[in-house]
Amino acid sequence: MTPGKPELREYVRFSRLNRVLHVLMIVSFISLALTGMTLKFSYTAWAVALSHILGGFETAGYIHRTAAVLMVGVFVTHITNLIRRKKSEFGTWRNLIFGPDSLMFNRRDLTEFIGNLKWFLGRGPRPAYGRWTYWEKFDYFAVFWGIAVIGSTGLTLWFPTFFTRLLPGWALNVATIVHSDEALLATGFIFTVHFFNTHLRPEKFPMDIVVFTGRMKVIELQHDKPREYEAMVASGKLEENLADPYPPIVLRAVRIFAWTALTFGFCIIASITYAMVFAYR
Amino acid sequence: MAVKTCNGGGSPHCWAPGDLFYSSKSLLHHGVSCRSTGFVLTCLGLVLLAYPPRCSAGSDVTETCLTCHSDKTLSTKRGPRTVSLLVDGKKFAGSVHSALGCTACHADLEGKDLPHETPLAKVDCGTCHSQEKEQHAKSLHGKALARGDSLAPRCVDCHGNHDIVPVKDSRSAVAPLKVPFVCGRCHSEGTPVQRNRPIHQDHILENFSESIHGEALFKKGLIVAPNCASCHTPHSILPHTDPASSIARRNIAATCTKCHAQIESVHRKVIRGEMWEKQAHVLPACVDCHQPHKIRRVFYDQGMADADCLRCHADPNLKAKDSRSLGVHAQQLAHSRHVKIACSQCHSEVNASRVRPCETITHKVDCTSCHAEVAQQYQKSVHGKLLAASDSNAPSCKECHGTHEILGKLNPDSATFPTNVPTLCARCHREGKKAAVRYTGAQHEIIEHYTESIHGKGLLKSGLTVTATCTGCHTAHAILPKTDPESSVNRKNVPGTCGRCHHGIEEQFEHSIHFLADGKDGKQTPVCSDCHSAHAIGRTDQEAFKLDIMGKCGKCHEAIAQTYFDTYHGKVSRLGYTKTARCYDCHGSHDVLPPSDPRSHLSRANVVATCQKCHAGANRRFAGYLTHATHHDPKKYPFLFWAFWGMTTLLVSTFVIGGVHTLLWLPRALQMRRELKAEEARLESAAREAEGSAGPSSEGGAKL
Repeated sequence: MTPGKPELREYVRFSRLNRVLHVLMIVSFISLALTGMTLKFSYTAWAVALSHILGGFETAGYIHRTAAVLMVGVFVTHITNLIRRKKSEFGTWRNLIFGPDSLMFNRRDLTEFIGNLKWFLGRGPRPAYGRWTYWEKFDYFAVFWGIAVIGSTGLTLWFPTFFTRLLPGWALNVATIVHSDEALLATGFIFTVHFFNTHLRPEKFPMDIVVFTGRMKVIELQHDKPREYEAMVASGKLEENLADPYPPIVLRAVRIFAWTALTFGFCIIASITYAMVFAYR
Repeated sequence: MAVKTCNGGGSPHCWAPGDLFYSSKSLLHHGVSCRSTGFVLTCLGLVLLAYPPRCSAGSDVTETCLTCHSDKTLSTKRGPRTVSLLVDGKKFAGSVHSALGCTACHADLEGKDLPHETPLAKVDCGTCHSQEKEQHAKSLHGKALARGDSLAPRCVDCHGNHDIVPVKDSRSAVAPLKVPFVCGRCHSEGTPVQRNRPIHQDHILENFSESIHGEALFKKGLIVAPNCASCHTPHSILPHTDPASSIARRNIAATCTKCHAQIESVHRKVIRGEMWEKQAHVLPACVDCHQPHKIRRVFYDQGMADADCLRCHADPNLKAKDSRSLGVHAQQLAHSRHVKIACSQCHSEVNASRVRPCETITHKVDCTSCHAEVAQQYQKSVHGKLLAASDSNAPSCKECHGTHEILGKLNPDSATFPTNVPTLCARCHREGKKAAVRYTGAQHEIIEHYTESIHGKGLLKSGLTVTATCTGCHTAHAILPKTDPESSVNRKNVPGTCGRCHHGIEEQFEHSIHFLADGKDGKQTPVCSDCHSAHAIGRTDQEAFKLDIMGKCGKCHEAIAQTYFDTYHGKVSRLGYTKTARCYDCHGSHDVLPPSDPRSHLSRANVVATCQKCHAGANRRFAGYLTHATHHDPKKYPFLFWAFWGMTTLLVSTFVIGGVHTLLWLPRALQMRRELKAEEARLESAAREAEGSAGPSSEGGAKL
């Protein structure tokens, strides 16, 4: 029972950079969602009130664009990091993209998906997932899709006079629809499916904070990602990926942040549901 | 024959002023008469030159008659009286009739042997003076004569008989200076006529001699000053109740203005001159103020001076029978606009001959006597109609203007001074007050709204007296409900009413599609008040107006306003953001025109410039942005429609897949949770066992 005992040390799943990026992603995403939906649901009283709380529409617009820049910054940082890691760890793009720990979809994801459905229905065991499950990969690529679609349309709407040199006027109308509906999709998906899949799963209740701490218990790894665990044990790399858990105060701060983000998310979902179901015009 | 005509023409010439009293029409006749008289006189001269023997023939007859009638003792018995038959030859020779022989008048002697039988027939002056005879016959005097009234005057009673000289001759019995005395022979106190006949005026001769007219005639010897005949006419004397009379109410103005030609300009401030004749029944006649026979420059002096009234009415405790206060503050009167108006000018019907001249008053003060024009407006107004219907809530003049303390509207102390007008109207029109209670229209809290409106603030906070007050729009006296086509706030008149101050706006508005037209769906196009409201008009550069305008336009343009709210501009304005394009920013405000109109801000030629007002770099493509687009119309906006449904499909399918995946997962996740808990518990108990063997000292380390 001495400090640094292997049983107490935890598996480091996320690098410091990725954790920071996720936090920044959360901050920018919630900011974008809050400010954006005041405009989308401007016909509701809560949107008007929220717009005022955010400092009026003009300020909300600044917040929205600042958050957008931040999010694109997160995205660019991640890509840059990938490029750097490609050089240092993988050598070629092929190794990076199609390697065993890659987030790229592969055939195994399909079998795991089918296996998972069978498990849901009680027709088989839970698939032995590797480093990334298929839903984690889906969430990851959803960001690429979202950044591309919402980012491009958002930029068009940010500089309409410039883009109408290239596009017809009605493209702005289309861009508005695409921007706002894709944002609705992203918001709705993140705050329901993503929350459930990764943070709020009953077995992790109340919350899985691995994305903030980067650490998960080895036993959890064993349960969740048995294939990764086994690969780690087999290659003997498990030990070098273990680290001491964070002190309780850090965990407390993380939980406060996480709960705040979660609360925002649920409030946004509630507001959207209200606007779409009860006040839709 | 020619001589007769000449004399017949001569007489009306002398009395021309008296004959021509009736109306302005007779003034025209007057001109004609003058010319014909001149013509006749010329003829007379020629005839006299051509036929001198006729004159001497008359003289011969006269000589013959005078042989007997120059005897002073010649007399005859007429009933109980002995009448002298003396004719003064000298006087007759000097008379206007000297050229005629006696038989020209005493026609029944023509060809008779002398001395003749008596009595002779009465001389008929009308043989020559036919016009006068006719006038006399129709007159009061002539009718009395026809009735056989022994007191009725004949020609000779006024004109004399053998000694008649032209009226311009001062010896004439009817010379201007003598006329009052001729008339006064019958019309003065104590005479049989005055005692026995219904003459409504008393002390006529005395009053006249003291009047400004009498003074001019008698004291100053101005023979142009009017005498009795000037007003009453010499021969067509009729009672004032006869519409043909020169002193009838309808005609009195024409009679007086014959001399007082400029009197209209003197009175123009209070009464339009023409109305004296057109509306004689409404307006006071000259004699209402300037009493007949007593006319003075300073009238109402004796017994009816303000001081006389104040002898009683200065007492603040003076009460009427119905306990109304009758006290009058002399101080108030002294400061009022009517300071130069005597009490009895408003409180008319007073009678100076009474100890209390006011006891003859039967009517309330009628301001319309002087303020005819506003009175006409008032009578047509909703206030006036209510008053006419004896409605107890109806405001009369005094309700707004006060009574004795009345002040001009330019006096800041006046209730009708611009800054005081809202308070004045509020007395009845404030919510809960008597006018507001009966009002059934849509306007409420009028006074409160006005006070907060741009006009109210301009007037009451900035003290701009030119700001629109209640009366600025509703007028002061011609107040009518907006449903009345003559109302200043009737839809058709609103642009004009507002345009009285906002002229430039009205000019723009006149050219817009909204200007007093009927919309396609039968709705009336808006006027100023539909967008700006009536009483709560705010500044158009303030948020409240900017945000409200979409609702205003949307009242009629319902669908297009809805689609506006589906696009960026509409959405942000709904959030309370005002720096975005609202209806009028693109369509224009007062000069709104359909985009098909080349003058429209949205016509092909102007639309880019309109966008550039906010979007500096806008080009034609930019202007193609669909500001009223909806994604619900596949025909009009296919791109938007399919973009929307494409996105919706993506959205729904993602959520369905994600949702089903999650829901299927849930039971397994719960099961997994239970298993994990069990395993955790197992591990924990195992750990505790291990701990128990190790001892409690290491517990702190375990926590870390």
